[in-house]
Amino acid sequence: MSVFIDRATRLVVQGITGRDGSFHARQMLEYRTNVVAGVTPGKGGQKFEGKVPVFDTVAEAAAETGANASVIYVPARFAADAVYEAADAGIKLVVCISEGVPVLDMTRVMPYLRERDARLIGPNCPGAISPGRCKVGIIPGSICREGKVGVVSRSGTLTYEIIHQLTRAGMGQSTCIGIGGDPIIGTNFIDCLAAFEADPDTEAIVLIGEIGGTDEQQAAEYAAAHVGKPIVGFIAGQTAPPGRRMGHAGAIISGASGTAAEKIAAFGRAGIGVMKRPADVVPLLKERRVTA
Amino acid sequence: MNLHEYQARALLKAAGVPVPDGDVAATPAEVEAIARRLGGRVVVKAQVHAGGRGKAGGVKLAADPAEARKHAEKILGMTIKGLTVQKVLVAPAADIASESYAGVILDRASQRPVMMVSPAGGVDIEDVAAKTPDKIMKLPVDPRYGLLPHQAMRLGFFLYRDLAQVRAAAGVLQQLYAAFVTAGASLVEINPLITTPAGQVVALDAKISVDDNELERRPEIAALRDAAAENPAEVKARDAGLSFIKLEGSVGCCVNGAGLAMATMDLVKYYGGEPANFLDIGGSSNPDKVVTALEIITSDQHVKAILFNIFGGITRCDDVANGIVTATGRTRLKVPIVIRLTGTNEQVAVEILKKAGFSALTDMDEAVKRAVELAGRAA
Repeated sequence: MSVFIDRATRLVVQGITGRDGSFHARQMLEYRTNVVAGVTPGKGGQKFEGKVPVFDTVAEAAAETGANASVIYVPARFAADAVYEAADAGIKLVVCISEGVPVLDMTRVMPYLRERDARLIGPNCPGAISPGRCKVGIIPGSICREGKVGVVSRSGTLTYEIIHQLTRAGMGQSTCIGIGGDPIIGTNFIDCLAAFEADPDTEAIVLIGEIGGTDEQQAAEYAAAHVGKPIVGFIAGQTAPPGRRMGHAGAIISGASGTAAEKIAAFGRAGIGVMKRPADVVPLLKERRVTA
Repeated sequence: MNLHEYQARALLKAAGVPVPDGDVAATPAEVEAIARRLGGRVVVKAQVHAGGRGKAGGVKLAADPAEARKHAEKILGMTIKGLTVQKVLVAPAADIASESYAGVILDRASQRPVMMVSPAGGVDIEDVAAKTPDKIMKLPVDPRYGLLPHQAMRLGFFLYRDLAQVRAAAGVLQQLYAAFVTAGASLVEINPLITTPAGQVVALDAKISVDDNELERRPEIAALRDAAAENPAEVKARDAGLSFIKLEGSVGCCVNGAGLAMATMDLVKYYGGEPANFLDIGGSSNPDKVVTALEIITSDQHVKAILFNIFGGITRCDDVANGIVTATGRTRLKVPIVIRLTGTNEQVAVEILKKAGFSALTDMDEAVKRAVELAGRAA
């Protein structure tokens, strides 16, 4: 088992003939992800890599191939519409890798998805991987290993760093999810905590947050009340100056709110093991009797 | 991207918000001319992207054009929070009967724009929120319908008793929301929104922050960027597609990915050092970006050691290695460099660096420790 994606995932790649889309579609195919279709308007009828059918619209792709999940690699200015298109085609899991989607667009996307009972992961995220089973997005398969630790993070390469530390110590992962660094995102920490708690194959959870917003504080409160599995957490940006956007659109301390200190304090109150640095992940999990 | 007050005022005015007359100036002579045209008492306000302008002496009242000129001579060129004042706004001094606050923010928790009003204006709204939260009314707006008239009226009644003023405020709030959407803003504030002794509702100050992701489709807003008012290294970084923020420490950091870049800065601090900057070279593998990144880091005189931390996923370690070799071939480094690379094409990268006389580490903690040590030795 795993969360959100597994061997039953039938994936359509939106923007499959683009530079990023084609590169990562190839990587996902190599990882033996079930990529059933691609979409690029005007390129319908082609075959990607000689085997994946390309369609003009997601509606056609879904009708012809039974796709149940989509991943989006289109330029930011087309990304919101790509999400709407996937939802209109009845796709229930949409993963948006594209970076630079205007936040105002996201305020309109979210109610649209809720009305159609569709889940969005991202935007501006690396996607998800259930090691050995399915990869949707850009997380390098080579650093992951099948196992029992669930990883959820607002970051990209920092997530890879921590997955790498886990894998090196023989601690495999059930699913790793990058939820994205934007202020408004489709799937938040609480959604992932709930999914990991319900997943019989996940035994422990690693939560990687950063400065900005209150998602981590709310996740900590939720964890204290609803999650029985051990959690360890990290907050990036302890040395970040207030009022500056640290790369991610959402990584900004506004006034006195969104600091690393308040998030770390919330972790402490909720009994979440606080990592002072990425290398603490393995020792803290071991302290909680999590084994490889 | 933050707009200057004079730019924000112009956008509010275009949306119909009552804003007093006034103009922006770059020289004391211009200030005097504007003050003469306005007549009466004026206020001279520094236009700089920093809070606390008043406390820093950047906002002054003048009784006549000559005094306005004198103030301008002092304010123009002064430094507020590290930024040099290059422009001032000259506006008539207003007679104030009451001061309120009105704003729109993109709220992360409700995933909506939220209108915020308070009858306690003219002070920091965060202080009001902390000390007297009952003096703030918040209203999430459904962006598909916009701020509805009855919602604007409800907010207006929270501010004023007089029906004419309530209606005027409701109008201002709808215009404010419209300006928020038009500008692609993440925040729009009027603080204070005043009433005059004659009962008029007027916006005395204006602040707009624009969502950077909106700039591509709003060239007219992007054109308002005042690069001269920003740190030159940060402007150079942005032009090269890098994300850079200057800090005060001595360990220059170059990292791929924002989260890892923050974690690297934190680890520098953890091992007793201070980061000189935040720098994210992004996900692509363009050696030119690495060259620009090194130029920016080495132009900071406080940097005593340089630390590369690259986790190769999409970014290929060999591309970063080539970038480092190219950059250091052009200009000799005056400070030691510590390179950590792991992931995609790590072995090729280590070979490239070895040939050029660099050594590379694969462990993040080891690399950070060494960089902090080297920076400490040089200090």
